Amino acid sequence: MKQDRPIALALRGVSKRFDRPAVDALDLTVYGGEFYALVGPNGAGKTTTLRMVVGLLRPDAGSISIEGIDALSDPVAAKQMTAWLSDEPMIYDKLTPYEYLEFVAGLWRIAPAAAEERARELIGWLGLEPHAHERCEGFSKGMRQKVALAGALVHDPKLIILDEPLTGLDAGTARQVKNVLRDRVRAGGTVIMTTHILEVAERMADRIGVIAGGRLIAEGTLDDLRQQTGKSATSLEDTFLALVAEQVAAA
Amino acid sequence: MSQPASLTWLARHEFRLGWRDWVSLLTAGGRTRARNATIGLVAFAAFMHVFAYWTVASYADTNLAFDTAALVGITGTLVLSWSLLLSQAMESVTRAFYSRSDLDLILTSPASARKVFAVRMGRIAAAAVVIAVLLAAPFINVLAFLGGSRWLAGYGVVAAMGAVATAAALALTIALFRIVGAKRTRLIAQVVAAIIGAAFVIGLQIAAIFSAGSISRYAALQSNWMLAHAPGMGSAFWWPARAVLGDHAALVCVVTFGVGILCASIALFSRRFGEHAVAAAGVSSATVRQRRWSHGFRSRSQGHALRQKEWTLVRRDAWLISQTLMQILYLLPPALLLWVTFRDGHESFVVLVPVVVMAAGQLAGGLAWLSISGEDAPVLVATAPISARRVLWAKVEAVIGMIALIFAPIVAVLMLDAVFAGIVCGLGILTAAAAATLIQLCFRVQARRSQFRRRQTSSRLATFAEAFSSIAWAATTALAASGSWTALGPAAIAFAILAGVWLISPSRA
Repeated sequence: MKQDRPIALALRGVSKRFDRPAVDALDLTVYGGEFYALVGPNGAGKTTTLRMVVGLLRPDAGSISIEGIDALSDPVAAKQMTAWLSDEPMIYDKLTPYEYLEFVAGLWRIAPAAAEERARELIGWLGLEPHAHERCEGFSKGMRQKVALAGALVHDPKLIILDEPLTGLDAGTARQVKNVLRDRVRAGGTVIMTTHILEVAERMADRIGVIAGGRLIAEGTLDDLRQQTGKSATSLEDTFLALVAEQVAAA
Repeated sequence: MSQPASLTWLARHEFRLGWRDWVSLLTAGGRTRARNATIGLVAFAAFMHVFAYWTVASYADTNLAFDTAALVGITGTLVLSWSLLLSQAMESVTRAFYSRSDLDLILTSPASARKVFAVRMGRIAAAAVVIAVLLAAPFINVLAFLGGSRWLAGYGVVAAMGAVATAAALALTIALFRIVGAKRTRLIAQVVAAIIGAAFVIGLQIAAIFSAGSISRYAALQSNWMLAHAPGMGSAFWWPARAVLGDHAALVCVVTFGVGILCASIALFSRRFGEHAVAAAGVSSATVRQRRWSHGFRSRSQGHALRQKEWTLVRRDAWLISQTLMQILYLLPPALLLWVTFRDGHESFVVLVPVVVMAAGQLAGGLAWLSISGEDAPVLVATAPISARRVLWAKVEAVIGMIALIFAPIVAVLMLDAVFAGIVCGLGILTAAAAATLIQLCFRVQARRSQFRRRQTSSRLATFAEAFSSIAWAATTALAASGSWTALGPAAIAFAILAGVWLISPSRA
């Protein structure tokens, strides 16, 4: 079914080495309108992979295609369709959420009227209305995360990539973020998210990729992953631990 | 071994932390850097001794009498130095209040918070004394070598000055806490510290301009008015100066007073220091509401969005404005000199032009660091659909725009006096600003804006290059404004500095 959809992101033989290989000849395909969760142990290469996708790191080898655009040869066009949100987003303390969104819309060259409408909508969805005209300097981590998420969505990206977006958020804020992401996927957007919270991946993702040692060791729905381990009716946590243990044993 | 949590045990802990901070500040953790830092320090000490020889050698053998002129001159120099020490001590005390690094650990431990803070205040005093002694050492050493050991009394006076400066800084900062509260004290204390550091020098220069038509700060100290209004020779006001001149009784009084007032301050304030530190730790940033958003999102290019963002961030940060525009305060005396001489019909631009150009270069360096290195959301900008070159160009435009706005009135006034000099000065300002920005581009790093005060320690090479470049462009502009072809000399040096910076630039690697 997925294969009928257009490819939103395609990585082919992508490698990145620091003092040791961080990502090793990685192939990854994510389809349009899909919620894809990338899970893996610490240091597996998840963040490095996604940082290469959004142009924050240049791969040593391989190709990256976003919505059919070669992200390495035409990064500006690829970035026009992409948004990135990290676990500790940096926003400008001296700007208000509205001003921040206006700045982001300016960077992505979004028509002011459309961006403004979208900004109002996002601020409403995320419950930021009472603070929309306050400078961000006094905001809590959750509020900052919401402002950054609004910034990631204000330019209506086709592909949104999130690195541990729920870390440190309270239950209410986490639910708001998850709802916004679900709505995004329902509207046809593509979401790729790394997370250590396996329940989130289990509940939200259409497909889950397990990465370890810089390689994709398993991929598919939860049932697909269970089949790979040969254990049905286990949780994603058990499946994940079994897959990683196999990889470690193989290494 | 001292008992855990005793004063000596805590003092040893503070000393170890202070020593490691100092070493890492100099060496940044690298062995090669440690060697280079040692060589640099030795070279700097040698240079300072040569400089001290050049400035004070002629006074060494002179048997200075206790006359009013000598006492006024020495006291003025001591007060000038003390104001700088006070400024530094206020900075340190404020940092200690607001630094939350180990506060939670300290306050949740069974150790006496009063003891901990007493030791911490002692550390601030020790740092102030060490800095004062190190800076005064070349001058005292040269005087003692050439004129005898009596000059070594200067060390005692300088140490006492450091102690008194710390005591005054503690009193001032705690007074601020009580008057304006924990929320506002940080900014106000830092601004007051900066103004104290600059005001005395600037005040003396302004007095000198009005009294003698000279920009020298010593002219005011030696003016007839000052000598006529000085206290009598027996006044305790002259004790520090008398101690410097070798009066042992005065030295004992000064040192006793310094140590006594410091100990009294520590005893008096250590309990309150803890209370205020807790209050400061509980302060979150105040909520600041901006004017209601009425105009809607404006249509603007990516470059305009970036420039506007830079200008808004600088405009809204009172602390940054106080830090960056403090250099403008130093323009007040030359501007006043221009006005005084312009009023009398003399050409004064030769004095004004290099000062203005130098200030522009220095200010541009600070603004460029904020704009280029102090990007608080680097990931957002890096993932935006805009080329890195365009981002940098927009930031350069933001810096040059700010410089043009700040210096345009000065250039306009100058052009009323001399059109050619005004045009050359304007060009010099833009060139010096562009050069400083280029240096910051070459040495760009990723940092938080709040690290602005530490930018000079992160790259000393960039700091020196920026200063020498500004000096070279200031000399070039002054000579060009006076119509001299010799301007080509410093211009060549300025270009050589830029070429050197480009060649060794880490961003080329």
